[in-house]
Amino acid sequence: MSIEKGRDITISVLKFNPRSKVSKPHFVDYHLEETPGMTLFIALTKIREEMDPDLSFDFVCRAGICGSCGMVVNGKPALACRTLIANYPTGKIQLMPMPAFELIKDLSVNTGKWMDAMSKRVQSWIVDNGGEEVNIAKMEQRVDPEVANETFELDRCIECGICVASCGTKLMRPDFVGPVGLNRVARFEVDPHDKRTAEDFYELIGDDDGIFGCMSLMACEDHCPKHLPLQNKIAYLRRKLVALR
Amino acid sequence: MKINYCDALVIGGGLAGLRAAVAAQKKGLNSIVLSLVPVKRSHSAAAQGGMQASLGNSKMSDGDNEDLHFADTVKGSDWGCDQEVARMFVHTAPKAIRELASWGVPWSRVKAGTREAVINAKKTTITEDEDRHGLITSRDFGGTKKWRTCYTADATGHTMLFGVANEALKHNVDIRDRKEALSLIHENGRCYGAIVRDLITGELEAYVAIGTCIATGGYGRVFKQTTNAVICEGTGAAIALETGVATLSNMEAVQFHPTPIVPSGILLTEGCRGDGGILRDVDGHRFMPDYEPEKKELASRDVVSRRMIEHIRNGKGVPSPYGYHVWLDISILGREHIERNLRDVQEICQIFNGIDPADEGKKGWAPVLPMQHYSMGGIRTKPTGESTRLAGLFACGEAACWDMHGFNRLGGNSVSETVVAGMIIGNYFADYCLANDVTIPTSTVQKFLDEQDAYLNEILAYNGSEDIFKIKNRMKELMDEKVGIFRDGPNLEAAVEELKELLVKTKQINVKSKERAGNPELEEAYRVPRMLKVALCVAKGARDRTESRGAHYREDYLKRDDANWLNRTLCTWPNKDDLEPTIEYAPLDIMKMEMPPAFRGYGAKGMIIEHPESEVRQAQVDEITEKMQAEGKDRHEIQDALMPFNLPMNYKERNERAGDK
Ligand SMILES: Cc1cc2nc3c(=O)[nH]c(=O)nc-3n(C[C@H](O)[C@H](O)[C@H](O)COP(=O)(O)OP(=O)(O)OC[C@H]3O[C@@H](n4cnc5c(N)ncnc54)[C@H](O)[C@@H]3O)c2cc1C
Ligand code: SF4
Ligand code: FES
Repeated sequence: MSIEKGRDITISVLKFNPRSKVSKPHFVDYHLEETPGMTLFIALTKIREEMDPDLSFDFVCRAGICGSCGMVVNGKPALACRTLIANYPTGKIQLMPMPAFELIKDLSVNTGKWMDAMSKRVQSWIVDNGGEEVNIAKMEQRVDPEVANETFELDRCIECGICVASCGTKLMRPDFVGPVGLNRVARFEVDPHDKRTAEDFYELIGDDDGIFGCMSLMACEDHCPKHLPLQNKIAYLRRKLVALR
Repeated sequence: MKINYCDALVIGGGLAGLRAAVAAQKKGLNSIVLSLVPVKRSHSAAAQGGMQASLGNSKMSDGDNEDLHFADTVKGSDWGCDQEVARMFVHTAPKAIRELASWGVPWSRVKAGTREAVINAKKTTITEDEDRHGLITSRDFGGTKKWRTCYTADATGHTMLFGVANEALKHNVDIRDRKEALSLIHENGRCYGAIVRDLITGELEAYVAIGTCIATGGYGRVFKQTTNAVICEGTGAAIALETGVATLSNMEAVQFHPTPIVPSGILLTEGCRGDGGILRDVDGHRFMPDYEPEKKELASRDVVSRRMIEHIRNGKGVPSPYGYHVWLDISILGREHIERNLRDVQEICQIFNGIDPADEGKKGWAPVLPMQHYSMGGIRTKPTGESTRLAGLFACGEAACWDMHGFNRLGGNSVSETVVAGMIIGNYFADYCLANDVTIPTSTVQKFLDEQDAYLNEILAYNGSEDIFKIKNRMKELMDEKVGIFRDGPNLEAAVEELKELLVKTKQINVKSKERAGNPELEEAYRVPRMLKVALCVAKGARDRTESRGAHYREDYLKRDDANWLNRTLCTWPNKDDLEPTIEYAPLDIMKMEMPPAFRGYGAKGMIIEHPESEVRQAQVDEITEKMQAEGKDRHEIQDALMPFNLPMNYKERNERAGDK
């Protein structure tokens, strides 16, 4: 097969195993040849298979769908699987684990644990206030197509945690529910199946660890790979809930 | 030894496992779900197209019902499916989707009024009635008589998975992620849970349960080129196989999809070709009309896949560092059409390949290649979802061979199966847990734990020269080359032999780091042998099945052979040191079928070696149907007379539809 030789690139990774007594955080440089269409998923897999079998990182879908692979790429949190090497003209890429989450090892952080706690905290499910069990043999409840679509647009969050890792408030207030949590509330607020009132949502997020903590720095929305309208929705919720204060 | 006790243990937190756990929890059981990754990251999240359910709400699906869904599913399976299971499935699917709606899945809805659609590359106007406004709508998919595939834009799997996972949290299902099941605890033909490794701490734990349900998804990653997530390695099926008791069934039935993009393997939807996109070779020549003058690019998934590989074999593939491929050209549809109707395809091409498919000429062509897509085979179960040989072991979702897909599954029937099976099997599973007790001595649990502990130490002590990553990659290449879309005796034989050699080599490796935790190479070292066992079931099953059925295509046996092969392949691994599975067959009983074997409706005619009973059963079916129709019986009563089936809960209740008279 005739192919041109690719660029030489350097990927520099912060390695650290918090469970080891001897491990200290340090950068390791890996040199490899770029191939067409090479993403960080392809590069890191190659590094692990051919250079460093000890390197830890998380990929699942490798397609930008599952939210597993958030990491800090040259200073900005991003999904590694959709990060193309070709977009970095210098051919030098520095990778660090996302801040704000518990470090597992190297580039692997425990976003899942954080997200489960967030989901429970904002009761990220339909609450129908003890309404009777739906008879699923009967016709479904009608939903206006526009409303269904609006709910869907907010339901697209993949809980990758990039907004949390980008959030200044979160770094100062460890208990801050984060943009992702506030978005979940906004999502159930539009869903006609959910019977919670503004007062109910106030109970969940009506404090400085919730909706009133946000300093509107906007980095969450800038980095969200799903382009969720985070600032708009946070501002909307705040207006709605501040009236109850 | 750390032992975790629970009533119901579910291994796998995709759509199937989570729904089954909700069923158990709702019956008052204490249930635990284990998963390699946070459950919302499971492979189920990747499904885009949608979920089949015969609601019959929109104009193009009006008149749909269980009977049509059943017929499509059986034909789609190339008569390889269990028809009783297919009936249970189609009857519950409308309930499953309505349940999901009530759990907040924001299904796309019918909008009253007129809209434009492209059908068969022609602009058509569709008018939706006022009285259907706001009901769940559906789209067209291959192999279905009506538009039956319900969806949430292009993220159906994601919204379904979040809906079910959140519901599981709401019901306090105990979800534990980054936990990997390494073996099943079993004694005297009964399963009692699993030995599990914590993927963060490396600690081994025992999970002891009354019932165990495996829902670990498919095994696409035994192939190199696949649309599957990187965690779809089939180890859940492998640990069932390694009991030596439970069976895996129809493992050779593997589905390939024509247009994933190269090299990432991310799927470019069938809609590209549906809307008029074409395939081109190394010379830019449109080759499909040369092979399939009638249907061209719009022939069925398996046919297009085969033609693409055939053309590449004829020397017309495009070389690349990732192997040969062909081009998908949608630029001919025009920028406006792409930016309106194929936004997602455009985004995938841009992000992953730096291509804008709307650019005219070669610049906008996307590299595509048929790749592994779905595993029809899996852990063999009865219609209740329980293993046919190992009591207390249940399986559901892609990991199972509950057998509603037979040798080929229809698009949209898989995520539908996950939630439907989660409801049906989840309830039978819960009933089993309610009716039984844990009666296993701690010493047995300790024995199974010690076994895995010793195995991990054994691996760390290996002192050979082989490399586990190389073995894994060779397996994947081999499966693509010799057990792929086209199969024949000599290649399959060669594959079986080399896979056996690879399995031997997995004991001749050397793992560089000797840490028990945070050691990805160690994880490969214990997973790859299990993957090789799964691969051997696929390859040997394919070698021995001398016919072509559904996705299983033998160049040396082109016909579907009902006379000899209307059966299920059953693989067991009776001895730990065996290098290949033991294979047996279980016949499908034509005389009990509601729809006896016939022509599938596409592909060439006359490619079936018929079974004499098909005709006999068809005559019976016709007679019963005619008689009952004359007596004024309705379609439900006739169906019941032809092939009765059971369902748990009140799932047997008739489904209400907007079109009911
Ligand atoms: C790109 C793509 C698009 C698709 N689109 C559609 C579509 O539009 N419509 C459709 O019907 N179908 C579609 N499918 C198929 C469908 O998505 C899958 O068949 C289905 O989601 C499988 O669900 P599951 O619950 O069985 O398994 P999965 O979702 O794969 O979940 C498996 C679970 O098991 C866990 N696990 C695995 N091994 C272990 C172990 N050893 N120990 C512990 N846990 C383990 C994993 O962590 C995970 O939680 C698509 C498939 C692909 C690849
Ligand atoms: S809101 Fe966006 S950035 Fe935040 S978790 Fe969801 S998808 Fe990720
Ligand atoms: S691996 Fe799924 S988003 Fe990157």
